[in-house]
Amino acid sequence: MAASLSPPRLLPSGDSAVTVEFSRNIDDAANQRVLALDQALAREPIDGVTETVPTYRSLLVHYNPLEIGFDALSEQLTALAEQPVPPVANARCWRIPVVYGGEHGIDLEDVAKTLDTTPDDIVARHVAGDYRVAMIGFTPGWSYLSGLEKFLHMPRRQNPRLLTPAGTISVGGVQTGVQCLAGPSGWHLLGRTAVRTYQLHRDPIFLLEPGDRVTFATIDGKTFAEQDRAAESGELIAELIAP
Amino acid sequence: MSKLVISSIGPASSVQDGGRPGSQRYGLTPGGAVDRLALAAANVLVGNAPFAAAVEIGPLGACLTAHQGAVRVALAGAPRNVDIAKRPVAFDSSMVLADGESLTLGFARGGSFSYLAIEGGIQGEPMFGSLSVNARAGLGSPYPRPLQNGDELQTVAASGAADRRIELPAVTDAPIRIVPGPQDDEFGDDAKALFLDSEWRISATSDRMGYRLEGPVIKHLYDHNIVSDGTVNGSIQVPGNGVPIVLMPDRGTSGGYPKIATVISADFGRFAQIPAGRGFRFKAVSIAEAQKELRNFVKLIDALPSRLRDVENFDLNLEALQDANVAGSAINAIDAKTWHVPD
Repeated sequence: MAASLSPPRLLPSGDSAVTVEFSRNIDDAANQRVLALDQALAREPIDGVTETVPTYRSLLVHYNPLEIGFDALSEQLTALAEQPVPPVANARCWRIPVVYGGEHGIDLEDVAKTLDTTPDDIVARHVAGDYRVAMIGFTPGWSYLSGLEKFLHMPRRQNPRLLTPAGTISVGGVQTGVQCLAGPSGWHLLGRTAVRTYQLHRDPIFLLEPGDRVTFATIDGKTFAEQDRAAESGELIAELIAP
Repeated sequence: MSKLVISSIGPASSVQDGGRPGSQRYGLTPGGAVDRLALAAANVLVGNAPFAAAVEIGPLGACLTAHQGAVRVALAGAPRNVDIAKRPVAFDSSMVLADGESLTLGFARGGSFSYLAIEGGIQGEPMFGSLSVNARAGLGSPYPRPLQNGDELQTVAASGAADRRIELPAVTDAPIRIVPGPQDDEFGDDAKALFLDSEWRISATSDRMGYRLEGPVIKHLYDHNIVSDGTVNGSIQVPGNGVPIVLMPDRGTSGGYPKIATVISADFGRFAQIPAGRGFRFKAVSIAEAQKELRNFVKLIDALPSRLRDVENFDLNLEALQDANVAGSAINAIDAKTWHVPD
């Protein structure tokens, strides 16, 4: 298995970081290798590595060049990247409650029209998905999920919205996502969750880890309002259903 | 306890320190001062740790008043006209504000950001080990937002230590050095040559997230969208319109535009201080050279205390001369006004 893995490309990101690139595309196999390398580095730290940032297709490794040089680090990262990818089944799995449509998911009707089906069908398909946190980025807690059913793949909006609400659940391209903070987005808004993937003064501050699995469950607007208040006072709301 | 009360302050002014690296995997940007050398110089002048929290003051002016006791402060970074109760005071120096006295700063000249360090630091509640303001993430202390008129910064009373000045290496206008990549292969040779051979200016629409560059349009070989990957301070990304953006400490932790090059760490602060509209150039260097420059930069920061001088009688500063002689440097007392301890 290990021998069949092609080596990643090592691209300098300045003098204190290296991008370990497994693919140029959104590619689940590449993302699994990214997360595997990230986990391998957590298990077997390399002196001088200060921080890692997993993304869909690459792992950004920050390092202190006063402790390790680019060539020595690249060599060690390449060796680690050859290790077999651990099975996904061992990952944590969260159930995240979502209120779909209406004021909470203003694009649901349009998405259904565009895909020539009903809003209920969109919701059923979205809830049926078994997703994985491919990366967290852009703003704190913004979790990009892989595993979106092909039927729901859609180009992003022509005109990104400058402000979308905290807790937005949306789809864009081949991805779906959990957005924690209010902010701009070019994705299609399907619903909202009370779950805060990032909340100060809560333990943990960040709920999701890259590599975690995620499923969604439907709730009504009243439940959302109750959960939102509970989340405000520090409750997780998300339910850990595995392992 | 003493405090500084802000009676006026321009936009883009905030409490910043060394930042909060370590949570970029969760989308939390590291933040922190854009010019680390200036931050460190200001802090060292008042006896603080180099990357303690200070006030990063944007291009416009500010006025701060000491209350409930004297406050000792220091200024470094982009020079400005500064006075205390109409007495002009010097940059790269510490100074004491007596109770009730105001420090007034004019517009930045020849730079964008100045740093006001306060002896004893700024009282606040660190989050992820930092007081740095990151308004989007609701982080920063004592205020999780840029500073406004009326804000108060709690600190300790001035210790009575003698005021100091610091001798910093002269600022050069040499090209800003970059390491090519990580996505330089998304650009053709002519686009890369155009990037390196052109004069650039920083747009006035820049901020702590990113500095937009004004210059020629840099064309991509293929598509202008790549699959988002990680960013660093100094990543030079080129969006679809071909106008490069240099990512700054409040950047998104990931981005979906190809990055043609990365500003080297040692030049990042100098780049951040280039005033909007002034021409500058880039120069490509190897990773090895960039890392050598970073080692020198770290040495410079570590050695800042050895660059402190007494403010008074520096024409013939016996104590400093003695210190320097102890350090093994030959000093000619006749040139005492201009000497500095070699690195």
